[in-house]
Amino acid sequence: MSEHEQKQESTMSRRRFIRNSGLVAGGLVGGGILGGLIGANMNKDDAANDNGGHGNGHDQVAFQQSPLYFTNPEIFGILQAAVERIYPKDENGPGANDLDVPFFIDRQLAGSWGNNTREYMQGPFFPGSNFQGYQSPLKRHEVFDVGLAALQTYSNDKHKKPFAELEGEQQDEILTAFEEDKVKLRGVTSRTFFNILRAAAIEGVYADPAYAGNKNMEGWKMKDFPGHQMSYINQIESKKFVEIKPNSLHSYTS
Amino acid sequence: MAKTLPKTDAVVVGVGWAGGIIAAELGKQGIKVVGLERGKERGVKDFYVVHDELRYGIRYELMQDLSKETITFRNQGKERALPMRQLGSFLLGEGLGGSGVHWNGHTYRFLPYDFEIKSQTVKKYGEAKIKGLQVQDWGITYDELEPYFYEFEKAAGIGGEEGELGPKRANPFPNPPMKETPITARFKEAAKSLGMKPYHMPSGNMSQAYENQYGAKLAPCQYCAFCERFGCEYGAKADPTVAVIPFAKETGNVDIRNFANVTEIIHDGKKATGVRYVDVQTKEEFIQPAEMVILTSYVMNNTRLLLASKLGRPYNPDTGTGVIGKNYCYQILPGSAGFFDEEQFNTFMGAGALGATVDDYNGDNFDHSDLDFIHGGSISINQSGYRPIQYNMVPTDTPKWGSKFKENSIKYFTRALSIGTQGASMPVQHNYMDLDPSYKDAYGLPLLRLTYDFTEQDKNLYNYIGKISDSIMKEMGPAKINDRQQLEHYDIVPYQTTHNTGGVIMGAEPETSAVNNYMQMWEAENVFVIGASAFPHNGGYNPTGTVGALAYRAAEGIIKYSKEGGLLA
Repeated sequence: MSEHEQKQESTMSRRRFIRNSGLVAGGLVGGGILGGLIGANMNKDDAANDNGGHGNGHDQVAFQQSPLYFTNPEIFGILQAAVERIYPKDENGPGANDLDVPFFIDRQLAGSWGNNTREYMQGPFFPGSNFQGYQSPLKRHEVFDVGLAALQTYSNDKHKKPFAELEGEQQDEILTAFEEDKVKLRGVTSRTFFNILRAAAIEGVYADPAYAGNKNMEGWKMKDFPGHQMSYINQIESKKFVEIKPNSLHSYTS
Repeated sequence: MAKTLPKTDAVVVGVGWAGGIIAAELGKQGIKVVGLERGKERGVKDFYVVHDELRYGIRYELMQDLSKETITFRNQGKERALPMRQLGSFLLGEGLGGSGVHWNGHTYRFLPYDFEIKSQTVKKYGEAKIKGLQVQDWGITYDELEPYFYEFEKAAGIGGEEGELGPKRANPFPNPPMKETPITARFKEAAKSLGMKPYHMPSGNMSQAYENQYGAKLAPCQYCAFCERFGCEYGAKADPTVAVIPFAKETGNVDIRNFANVTEIIHDGKKATGVRYVDVQTKEEFIQPAEMVILTSYVMNNTRLLLASKLGRPYNPDTGTGVIGKNYCYQILPGSAGFFDEEQFNTFMGAGALGATVDDYNGDNFDHSDLDFIHGGSISINQSGYRPIQYNMVPTDTPKWGSKFKENSIKYFTRALSIGTQGASMPVQHNYMDLDPSYKDAYGLPLLRLTYDFTEQDKNLYNYIGKISDSIMKEMGPAKINDRQQLEHYDIVPYQTTHNTGGVIMGAEPETSAVNNYMQMWEAENVFVIGASAFPHNGGYNPTGTVGALAYRAAEGIIKYSKEGGLLA
């Protein structure tokens, strides 16, 4: 299989996963444990057919494509659908899902950032003015729990369909309502949720692939950003634009 | 029950630039120093795998752990202050070397005008010009400080060229300027064609291999573009853990203790007898007795420790009397973003302090007779290196997400340039710091409360200098320039600058200042408080050069005090 074909194959299988998450979300397959198993099976299948892009060998399994925070495929499917609207696949290159952004966010929520470990979380809590910053007692992983569930509820109420099954434009309308703070959430504003979601999506596109997103450094390639380079001392004066093959933190150990 | 340790000559609270310089200079004289640093030990060896934007640039690994300690903030005294729960507007440092590890290295000297701002402004424009502003002279002139600036520039290996309108130098810079790039050259050509006088930015990134007065060997900068918010794996950045702390340790007179968080200055109202600190790992409490107590723990902590320890007269914003917490200032930062549709630049290459600057609209270098503000700012282009998460510069009409955002943020990553201003910030009576009545840190101490908002002076300066900045950008030839947002209320969320100043200000009179021009407390002669906390206002440049000069000035005073005692000024 050529590299190009491999890439297509891998993209296709991921699409199947996303579609199936949608099916799960839609209740066609049934929820609960059955849905979870199907999601997990799809993921395994997907990984087995995929060189993962996180290493340069053959037959590598993309172990990083494994949820560590999300345990419910329906919810994970909402996240996948939402980040794809924020950073869509188009003629400029891969979108959030092809770049494994949902897996990036999943890992972030499971770790220090998702648990606000380096932030001041003592009460009392008050809403605060527009200039006083984040004042929610919720940790970020809880903000995602609340926010993603609210996307689903909003979608079901308005369109009688789960969020992941809507047309792109309908999803955009809902995300816009959240962004504009038109949706009442418990413990956090919808705008705050949206802003964190947007920031996390962009981080997943461009953070070092070590964090499970930015697959194959494709995010960097779109921006002509060469990642980690030791030195530009010989190019810094160049009057021409210099194209440099990107390099990741993995090179420290390879 | 706190354990009392053997007495030392001097205890230094916080070991960054100021603390490192004091430790090195006192240790050299045979004065025994205990340096208490709340964060961990670190140095070049710890930055082997540093080119990680998410970890350092976005998640702020080198910055203060706010779960332990933060500030509270409100715009106005009638509001309830709330904790700064996440880092945003400014990035406080933590760990050995303090913010000197993660800074960019822009190293200017404040203008002669800054040190005599009140008397010079009144003399030239009349008393009405400073109405509503709480500006005051610094109790020292530029000429008096000049040798101390040079001492710091030697320690930090600053490379640069003298600007025509900047302060006059007795000696050339220790190092030549950094390299010229198409971006810096483009800015200079544009500024020159408008009649301004651009020069290369004075840099704490080494333009060549360098050895300083302490025998520290710094390597040449590699222009790797991971500088601000990062530590330097080459030892090519002026960083106290490279430039001054190793020497301090070599003197054999300096004992630096990490994980030591000072909670109180112990005193009898006239003199300090030592400090209380907690080992943040074991939670054990200690009392470190000392002949002299030297605070070098940044603007926020210097102010908070004095207030929490009830040393010095707290500032009262209703009457403008008292001094501790007075004259908190920030910076005013108008800038211009230009979008070059047809050209691609190597924006991802750079160094923290690679850039070019003009001083034509800084200080009183231009006539303010018909203007509704005083001072101004240095206007610069800075090629510190774009990183892909943080830099998504797009034309104003671009949506914040979706396909169009993706297209523009990709396109302009290498096709957008920006000009920035370090605009001066003037003190007013109601911008200040005190202790928060309800929120506490991890050790039970009240948090510092910041009350701050932008003023008419700030907005007028912003609008005027912003237009100058636009004129340079326009001359650089972009396809379009973004409209600047109006300066309204100060917002603690978006990153702006970590150039906070004031709170323990210097001056010639005990009535209106907290420390004299040796950074010695008027009310407690064996306490010295060093840092940008001593600035009575914030000037139109990055502050570290001036902080360094004040640290050398203070070191001289402390050495003198250790021999003679008494008030030094």
